[in-house]
Amino acid sequence: MARIDLKNLAHAYRPNPATEADYALNRTNHTWEDGSAYALLGPSGCGKTTLLNIISGLLKPSEGEVLFDGKNVTSLLPQERNIAQVFQFPVIYDTMSVYDNLAFPLRNRKLPEKDIRERVMEVAEMLELQDDLKKRAANLGADAKQKISLGRGLVRSDVAAILFDEPLTVIDPHLKLLLRRKLKQIHARFKLTMVYVTHDQLEALTFADQVVVMNEGQVLQIGTPQDLFENPQHTFVGNFIGSPGMNFIPCRVKNDTASVGELRIPFRAKDHQGKTIVLGIRPEFLKLHAAPLQGTHKVSIKEVENLGNCQIVTVRFEEQTLKVKVAEGQEVPAERGFLEFPLEWIRLYADGKLIEPAMEPPPGQESRQ
Amino acid sequence: MAMVLENVTKLVANEKHIDSISLDLEPGTFNILLGRTLSGKTSLMRLMAGLDKPTAGRILMDGQDLTRLSVRKRDVAMVYQQFINYPSMTVAENIASPLRLAKVSPSEIERRVRDVAEMLHIEDLLERLPVELSGGQQQRTAIARALVKDAELLLLDEPLVNLDYKLREELRTEMREIFKRRRSIVVYATTEPLEALALGGNTAVLHEGRLEQFGPTIDVYQNPQTTRIAQAFSDPAMNFVAGKVAGNHLYLGATPPAPLLNHLSGLQSGDYRFGMRPSHLQLQRTTDSEIAFQTTLDLAEISGSETFVHVFHDAETWTVQQQGIHNYRMGEETQVYIDPARLYVFDLDGHLVVSPEQNSPAPSFRERSWPE
Repeated sequence: MARIDLKNLAHAYRPNPATEADYALNRTNHTWEDGSAYALLGPSGCGKTTLLNIISGLLKPSEGEVLFDGKNVTSLLPQERNIAQVFQFPVIYDTMSVYDNLAFPLRNRKLPEKDIRERVMEVAEMLELQDDLKKRAANLGADAKQKISLGRGLVRSDVAAILFDEPLTVIDPHLKLLLRRKLKQIHARFKLTMVYVTHDQLEALTFADQVVVMNEGQVLQIGTPQDLFENPQHTFVGNFIGSPGMNFIPCRVKNDTASVGELRIPFRAKDHQGKTIVLGIRPEFLKLHAAPLQGTHKVSIKEVENLGNCQIVTVRFEEQTLKVKVAEGQEVPAERGFLEFPLEWIRLYADGKLIEPAMEPPPGQESRQ
Repeated sequence: MAMVLENVTKLVANEKHIDSISLDLEPGTFNILLGRTLSGKTSLMRLMAGLDKPTAGRILMDGQDLTRLSVRKRDVAMVYQQFINYPSMTVAENIASPLRLAKVSPSEIERRVRDVAEMLHIEDLLERLPVELSGGQQQRTAIARALVKDAELLLLDEPLVNLDYKLREELRTEMREIFKRRRSIVVYATTEPLEALALGGNTAVLHEGRLEQFGPTIDVYQNPQTTRIAQAFSDPAMNFVAGKVAGNHLYLGATPPAPLLNHLSGLQSGDYRFGMRPSHLQLQRTTDSEIAFQTTLDLAEISGSETFVHVFHDAETWTVQQQGIHNYRMGEETQVYIDPARLYVFDLDGHLVVSPEQNSPAPSFRERSWPE
């Protein structure tokens, strides 16, 4: 398995790109660790498939380099890169048995039949294909065929990386959980470098150690699912991850304080001159009270959606609409409520980018974590 | 104008696609058909629209029998999963097309197109062609076209299923707003329990062509009449454990006896199936009255803001839904807790015996004094 370095990588599908908008993938510098599982996540058209195709060699980037364990592979074809790929639809030999399908990538590399057998049996057991080994692939259902595809991707232990492109799309919903579990177990056991593209947020966040969130050709954040939830580095990430997304409120800036109504957040204003400052807080972290407490802010209640296991309350605060997630069964005031903004969950963004907390909190307020 | 379905059945090659469904839908209501693929949602909508004729039963609109009336003579609009627009017409022309057919005056057409386009936030796209639009904008156009003619029956067949999840969330919220003020009967098919809850209104749960339960959405959710409905209307699915009541005590699986309190206090002795919502299972104890199960951790699935922890308990797989993102190690032993006040009780045939008490609806806060 390999470490993957992306050096000054960028791609434009048309020649002579001039502005950022001409790039399907904007300049990126990243190191992806050996043995880690990465998921590329973003809305359609964000550049995630472009990036995957550059790593696999299906696409040659117009700028920059891709290194596998320090070796420049930018100009190598997919078959020269020592990678395994699993696609959306099963890629298997229908006329061969399941066993022969799984053994094929190894026989191609002229491994001794004994080693092949050992490895095939191991993979078949992981994917629960042991009972199907003698069957012809053509006679199996779509789920089983895709399992064979996964098996063919996993069977070689010497690959630099395994790349997955929406591999569970054709899988029946109730089997998806089983296969997600399998992939997770396989990763834990073999510490493979895996790169996974999907539009399914649950799948990406469940699969990955590190999630690469992209939008409009930019990599906006690489982080654990917990990072993305608790510390989104960009307002786009705050909104895109989580349902409903993060709330954002434009702030007034005076001296070293960003304020919304009576709410005041200290920050180092001189580092962010001329930028738009917004406050971000997730619906899960806002607390709605029926009576005023110290540090709460009066809001009017616009709507209550009862989602069964929670309620989403829409409130108006300082002429902004905010969503608050409230526990199932908690009483929601009919007209007015009092909103608490726990300091440790308030984030500030300058032109969309997270501002790292930089100042001592004012006296009387708890420190931010 | 109320719509009434009377014992409507549809046979296709001797297979019952719709099995004797009776349903009353009032004007100005939002009605969700909830069920898996092939549960009969689309078949039922096609019957309501008049695209197909029922094999048996009647369809009445305001008392008038429409069963044999063709779709052309009915006042109905439909939105499909696929974004269907006329490719050679602009957005404005697309939206106007049903009004042109109805020979509405040009000035009236312009006004209504503008109104509905504003409602769906596509007023700046009116001169574009569908090919120049994103998927979300195309579906907004299709919805606008269905809304503009103000039909007495509006059918939406999984209209958001082909959109990105963020767009889906956005459009769902808007739909609540849009349909609040209409007099049409709106029928909306979905496979997703969360979508039904987010849209509110009434829900009809369909299974294999049969109507399993119909009522206000939140009421069906809170009082599912069978284990099957509870399963269908729960995402993740409801967890079940066998148990019994003996004397004044409750025995869940292999757990020690617990007292019968609150909604459980009237239970007769005997065997039951107990249902536990994923959001009511916990990995930490919060009160002494909670019942603890010994389980083994399986995969934890992570959505953007929640963690779904799967655990094994005996032969069953359960899901624990947690707010926030947490990390767990597969294979570890752990205890899972449930407050008995949250238990759903079904008999061994799967019929609801009693559901947990819901907190009474929000009291009128106007009666209280509020500091200004």
